[in-house]
Parts: sequence; C-alpha cells; structure tokens
Amino acid sequence: MKRFIEKIIQGMLTVSGFVTSIVILLIVLFLFTEGAGLFSKPKVEDGYEIVLNKKNDINTLSAEQIKDMFDDKITNWNEVGGKNQDIVLFRLNDITNYFAEEELGEQLEHVPAKISELISQHEEIIGFIPQEYIKNDFAGKRLDMGNIKFKDVFFGKEWIPTATPISFFGILPLITGTLWVSLVAILIALPFGVAAAIYLAEIANHKIRDILKPVIELLSGIPSVVYGFFGLIVIVPLVQNIFHLPVGETGLTGSIVLAIMALPTIITVSEDAMRNCPRSMREASLALGGSKWQTIFKIVIPYSASGITSAIVLGIGRAVGETMAVLMVTGNSAIIATGILQPLRTIPATIAAELGEAPDGGVHYQALFLLGIILFLITQIINSSVEYVSAKNKL
Amino acid sequence: MNKIEVKNVDFYYGNFQALKNISLEIEENKVVAFIGPSGCGKSTFIRIFNRMNDLIPETHLTGTVNIDGIDIYQKGTNVDALRKKVGMVFQRPNPFPKSIFDNVAYGLYVNGIKDKKYIKQKVEESLQGAALWDEVKDELKKSAFALSGGQQQRLCIARALAISPSILLMDEPASALDPISTAKIEELIWELKKTYTIVIVTHNMQQAARISDKTAYFYLGEMIEYDDTKIIFTNPKKESTQNYITGRFG
Amino acid sequence: MNQTKRKRRNQKLAFGIVSMLTYLIVLILILMLVFIIVRGIGVISWEFLSTAPTDGMTGGGILPAIIGTLYLIIGSAAFAFPIGIMSGIYMNEYAPKGKLVRLIRMMTNNLSGIPSIVFGLFGMALFVNKLGFGDSILAGSLTLGILSLPIVIRTTEEALKAIPDSFREGSYALGATKLQTIGKVTLPMALPNITTGLILSIGRVSGETAPILFTCAAYFLPQLPDSVLDQCMALPYHLYVLATSGTNLELQRPIAYGTALVLISIVLIVNIAATLIRKYFANKVKMN
Repeated sequence: MKRFIEKIIQGMLTVSGFVTSIVILLIVLFLFTEGAGLFSKPKVEDGYEIVLNKKNDINTLSAEQIKDMFDDKITNWNEVGGKNQDIVLFRLNDITNYFAEEELGEQLEHVPAKISELISQHEEIIGFIPQEYIKNDFAGKRLDMGNIKFKDVFFGKEWIPTATPISFFGILPLITGTLWVSLVAILIALPFGVAAAIYLAEIANHKIRDILKPVIELLSGIPSVVYGFFGLIVIVPLVQNIFHLPVGETGLTGSIVLAIMALPTIITVSEDAMRNCPRSMREASLALGGSKWQTIFKIVIPYSASGITSAIVLGIGRAVGETMAVLMVTGNSAIIATGILQPLRTIPATIAAELGEAPDGGVHYQALFLLGIILFLITQIINSSVEYVSAKNKL
Repeated sequence: MNKIEVKNVDFYYGNFQALKNISLEIEENKVVAFIGPSGCGKSTFIRIFNRMNDLIPETHLTGTVNIDGIDIYQKGTNVDALRKKVGMVFQRPNPFPKSIFDNVAYGLYVNGIKDKKYIKQKVEESLQGAALWDEVKDELKKSAFALSGGQQQRLCIARALAISPSILLMDEPASALDPISTAKIEELIWELKKTYTIVIVTHNMQQAARISDKTAYFYLGEMIEYDDTKIIFTNPKKESTQNYITGRFG
Repeated sequence: MNQTKRKRRNQKLAFGIVSMLTYLIVLILILMLVFIIVRGIGVISWEFLSTAPTDGMTGGGILPAIIGTLYLIIGSAAFAFPIGIMSGIYMNEYAPKGKLVRLIRMMTNNLSGIPSIVFGLFGMALFVNKLGFGDSILAGSLTLGILSLPIVIRTTEEALKAIPDSFREGSYALGATKLQTIGKVTLPMALPNITTGLILSIGRVSGETAPILFTCAAYFLPQLPDSVLDQCMALPYHLYVLATSGTNLELQRPIAYGTALVLISIVLIVNIAATLIRKYFANKVKMN
C-alpha cells in the first residue's frame, strides 16, 4: 500500500515536471489556431460582397482602391483604368434613397430583387452589400477579392482593423513602432546600466553595494502600470515641453519609461558577468602596472562582453514585450513611424488596446492573435539566443 | 646597496596578524627563496613588494619597505609605477583571453607606449627572454589559451619582462606545472637572475636549494631564519628550520 | 612621469563618470518613489482602503480592487504553488540528469520570457472561450498562475539544489525511501528558500495587468464578487483605468496616486518579508 501511494505521488511529480512544456505547447497551439485562421478569411468584411454593374470594364480592384473609393479619395472610374464616369457608392442603408419603403416589402422580402435591379441600371455604381441579399439571379458583377494573404499582413503598411468595406491588417507600422521604442530604450539604458554595473562590481565598497543592490532589485518588482502612471504624469509633459511638441505621448516617452524599467535587468546581468571575471586576471593586469580603470576597461569588460550582450538582449526582450507602460505613454498611433518624436504604437500595446473591442473569432480577433504569435516568436528567439550564448560560455 | 630593505613589518587581515615583525634585506641580482609550510605568510609577504595586498579590503601594514632606497608605503606613492618596476608571476598561469602578442604587449599598452616598432621588438625580446620565442614565433596571433600550461606560465613571465622591471616576484610559479615544464622554468630563472632581482615563493625545497642564493624560512607569520641557501639547507641554526627541511613536518 | 599622471587623470575622469551615471539612476528611481509616496500618502486612510469607489470613480475608496487582487493572488497561488513545487522536486530529485532536465529547464526559461500580454491572449483563448469560464476570477487566476509557474519552479529547484547530498544519504542510510527523504529531510530544509520565492511570486502576480485585461478584470463593479465565475476589479487594472480613462481624469488623479502607492507598498512589503524570512531562517540554522 505504501509502495502504491509512493508510485502515485511519483507519477504526479513526473507530470508536474512537464507542466511548463505542456503550457508552452498549449500556448503555441492556441495562438496558432486562432491566428492562422486570419488567412482563410476574405479581404472584404465577412459576409459582404463588392458588386459592380455588368457593363463596367473593371474586373479587378485592389483593396487600397476600394478603400479610397469609399473614402471619396477616388471619385472617377478613369482613375482606376475605367471609363470617364463619376463613381456612385452604394451601401445597404442607401437603399431608401432609391426606393420607397413599401417597394421593399413589409418583411424587406423584395430587397434582393431591388438591389439587383439598381445595380444593373446604374453603370457607374459600386456596391457593398451583405451576402444574404445577393441571390442566384443577381444581375450585377460580383468582384472576387480573395482571402487575406500573407503579404497583405507582413508587408502591409496600414493597420486599420475596423474599416468598412475592407479592413487592413498590415503589421509593418506596429513592428517598426515596437523596434523604434525598444531599441531607443536600450540605447538610453545601456550607458547607465553598464556604468552602474561597473560601479557596483568594481568601484563601490561593500557597504554602498549592500544598500544599492536591494534597491535596484526592488525596482524590478514594481508593476509596469506604476511605471506607466509615472511616465504619464511626469515624463509625458517633460518630453512635450523639451521638444515643443503638440503632444507628449511619443515613441521617445515610451523609450524613456522602458529604459527605466529595463535598467534592473541590465545592471544585474552585467554585474554578474563582471564579477565572474577571475581575480587572477585582474591581478595580472594590476601587477603589470595597469591602473584600476585600465584593468576594468581592457580586461574585465572584454572578458564579460558576452554577459553584457546577454544583458542587452534580455533588456530588448523585456522592452519588446512590455505592454501596459508603453500603452499608457506612446500615444498609440498606427502609422509607420519616421521619427521617435511621433506618437506610435507597439505590438503588445495594440493587442491590449484592441482585443477588448474585437468580436470573438472575428477577423480582427484573429489578427490580434497573429500579433501575439509574432510577439511570442520574437521573444523566444531572443531567449534562445541568450541561452545559446551563455551555454557556450560555460564550456 | 640593497635592492630591497624590509624593516619591522607587521601585516594584518582585519584583526588577524599574518606577518610578525619581519626585517630582511635583498641584494641586487640575487635569487631569494621564501619557504615554509602552507599558511606561514610567505605568499602574503611576497605580495607586499608590489602592494598587491592593497586589493584585499581591510588589510593594513606597519613598518617600512624600501625598494631602491624609497619607502613604497609612504603616502603619495604611485602604485601603478611601483608595479611596473616590480613584475610578478602568479601561482597559476593567468594569461588574458587575448592573443599571445597582445598578452605580452599589454603591459606596454597600459603604460602608454604606442610606438608599434618598439612594441614588436619588445615582445620578441621578452618572449626570447622567457625562452618561448622559438615555440610561438609563427603563431603570435593565436589565443594564449591554445598554449600548454608550461608555455602559458612562460608567457606570463614574458609578459612581466616586457615592461622592463628590475625585480621579479614569483609566487610558486611552477606549482601547477609538470616536471619538464618546471625544469624549463628553473633554467629560465638562472638566466634571468643576471638582469633581475628575483624573489620566489616555493614549497618545493629542492627547488629552493637548486635555484636560490639566499633562503628565508617562514613559520606562523614569523621569519625564523634567513641566510645563504647553502647554510639553510646544510647547517640551519634554528631547530624549527631543521625540522622543516628534513621533512619532519610541513 | 607625465604618463602616470595622465593615467591617473583618466582613471579619475572615468570613475567620476561611472559614479555619476550610477547615482543619477539612483536619484531618478528615488525621485519616482518619493513622488508617488508624497502624493499618495495623503489619500491613504482607513476609509480609502475600506470603501468602494463612488461618484463615477472620482470619490470613495478602492476596496473592491484590493479584494479582487487578493482573490487573484490566492487563486493563482492555489494553482501554481503545488504544481510548481512538485515540478521543482521532479527536476531536482527525480528527473535523470542530462538532456531531459536541460530541456525542461529550457522550457521553463522560455515560459518566463513570454510577454505577459501573450499570457493574456492564451488565457482568453483557453480559459475564457474554450473552457467557457468567461471573464472570471477563475480564468484570471489560472492565467496568472501559469505566469508565475517559472518563478515557483526555479526557486524550488534552486532551494533543493542547495541541500548537500550528505543529508539525503544520511536519510537513505537509515532505511528511508526516496519520498520519505524528500518529505522529511530535503523539503523541510529547503522550505525557507522556497517560501522566499513564493512570496516574491505573489509580488509579481499582484502587479500584473496585461494577463487579466481580457480574462478577468472589471472596469467597475459596485459589489464584491461572490463566486469564482464572477469578474472582479484588481489594483493594477484599476490604476490603469484611473490614469487613462473614466469620467474625470483630474478628479481621479488623487485616487490614482493612492492606488499606485498601495501597489508599491505591496511590492515593498513582499520584498521585506522575503528578506526577513531568509534572515530569520539563516540565523536559526546557524544556531543549531
């Protein structure tokens, strides 16, 4: 009996041992099933069709062209290679402009026929119509826009997830936004972080070190919303005033907040690396008449270069994945950033800001999961490379 | 004139007294060996000559240590310059993770020498001085870690020679090496003593007997006896020394 | 001599810059803390901690958020502590050393590197939608529990690793089984260090916002939750709401400072508690 219980407990321990592996597999599974569904969705809003008059020469239109038509930026068919005719837009709720309510029937049962009639009568019309009103005897031309493609997402320059008739899920602006904010954050944090690591590992005496170390560790425990709050109240106005900007919520503001947040990681990891530099090497350098600084600069830092690199990469990883603080201070504009002083938006902030409004299982929802996959992959690559480097160093 | 003069030196790690009232003189171009059982203070003592003990927190020294007639512990002493004059070779070979060439040239770089031709010549001279040149002259760019333990130690000697010290401190330089490498290092010490004053710590008594002119015996932080090597090993005056060299303890 | 002078000057300059940068960081960080403490301390009162928000969150206290965070801490701990500790025990005591352990450790490290918003997505897909828990304390706790697993596993493993094998051998020599040895010798000895890790993981859980955005957190709830399938408010999310949205940002500011101060205090208390526990047990071991 005792043996039996022992076996059971041992089994439970073994299963628990694999819990992290199972979780990672589940994460991958769920993110991918939700995210990959995006590519089987039509470009045009789900359940709708773009229709033209049969006499219209145009047989294909790009997503951008359709968007511009419905935004009144393209107003004549000759701009997209057709006849010189003004474009007439037709949405379902425009139907009352053409027909009286009694013509549509009490249960709106005549709507499909009337739409068909309308489209066939107007040569210059373009319609955006729910599929349920398009019957087999439809007299217009249905444009096949196809499904959302890989290149629409990964090379798309616009992220407009809730537009009609066509949403855009180009992730370039989000990726550039994420990279801008993270890289600038590391550029700001690096000199401070390495300096503090040098100070703690090489210069400070025991007493100062014993005070500073716990303070720095404490800071890594402060929640990111608190950093975001501090950023919102102190750094946003600061950036706005210094650079004379219309708004203080910019990429730079996010970078500064992220830099503060990444400091504990950078300091701790670099300091550990510097402490690992053997005493014998420092002594050899000092015995040759090298000053303390020369020893730090020419022996300790080169020796701990890979550790410092790990610190940088880990810092970038943390910055790339940080959500709340960035969401609160970067202004969240989904335009490809050309400078760090503009409002911009990162991948995690986009997910956090939009998932609440995206209907479950819809295109937008799936697109946000795709962003999750990208974020997951970026951080996994970063982690693995750090692990690879540190494993190599141990040999 | 004596190269090194030590007068009434006490040395403390915190409250622990590691060296007790030590006085001795070392003549120029002589090899002096420090022997004694582990923990007797001999390694602490040798690190006094280039103030290497400064690196250990909460240590202090009283008494005077003169090198070339100047007290190296007086206020305002430039420790970097002192260490340039007093080279040191450590117990275990500790080359830098750099090329062979850069290891030897390091001391020149940190002392502000930029003349490439001079550095090249000095590296060659030092490697020859350390009897390593013939073995490495074709692979100076290789990492120092590619060398064998004995070669690494000779590289560390070459590194110490490159900055033209006048004193060489050696803290058990052969203890981590095989017998053949040890023999090579000992041969080298014979050569070096023509140009340098050498202080060597060893716990290998045969080695002390073979290479040194004078020997000092340390026990529990005190210098028990200091005399010509021949006398120490054939006719010591103290019983404690006698016991140690005849192998009764230690 | 000129050369050594230059060397000294360079060193002085370099040390000066390095120390200055370090103290600048410390200064910024202290300023940040002082800023929030000074502005928040006036808001904190018993009433603030014990009443619900009123007047469209421009008045009243933060009690529902405190209670909600408490529920989430307990819920995530109930999930993560047992599984995490068992996982740590398996890794250090049972798993064959070598590739397998390395693989598990890699997976654990990778899990800890995943951004918290991705946990939020995962929790929403699995717990909220697939398993049908809806936005609830249950879904939020499980998501946060998964997030804190790596910390629990790692501290358990480290704590067990620090126990010398001689103790295990001593126990085996008396005829104890492996499980008895773990239960009676190894685990009790490792307990102080494990506890420290658990407390630190609580600190982490209490401050996370992104994972609960879509799995649990409620913008405003007038009453306290009465089942694990209810939504709840939580301190970090409440701070986010107070800082960025709501009916009147200006009137919400003081409450936001107070909430931020409560969050920082939790982190402080957690860290101090962890240090005290470590010290207390370290002394106890020395005395024996």
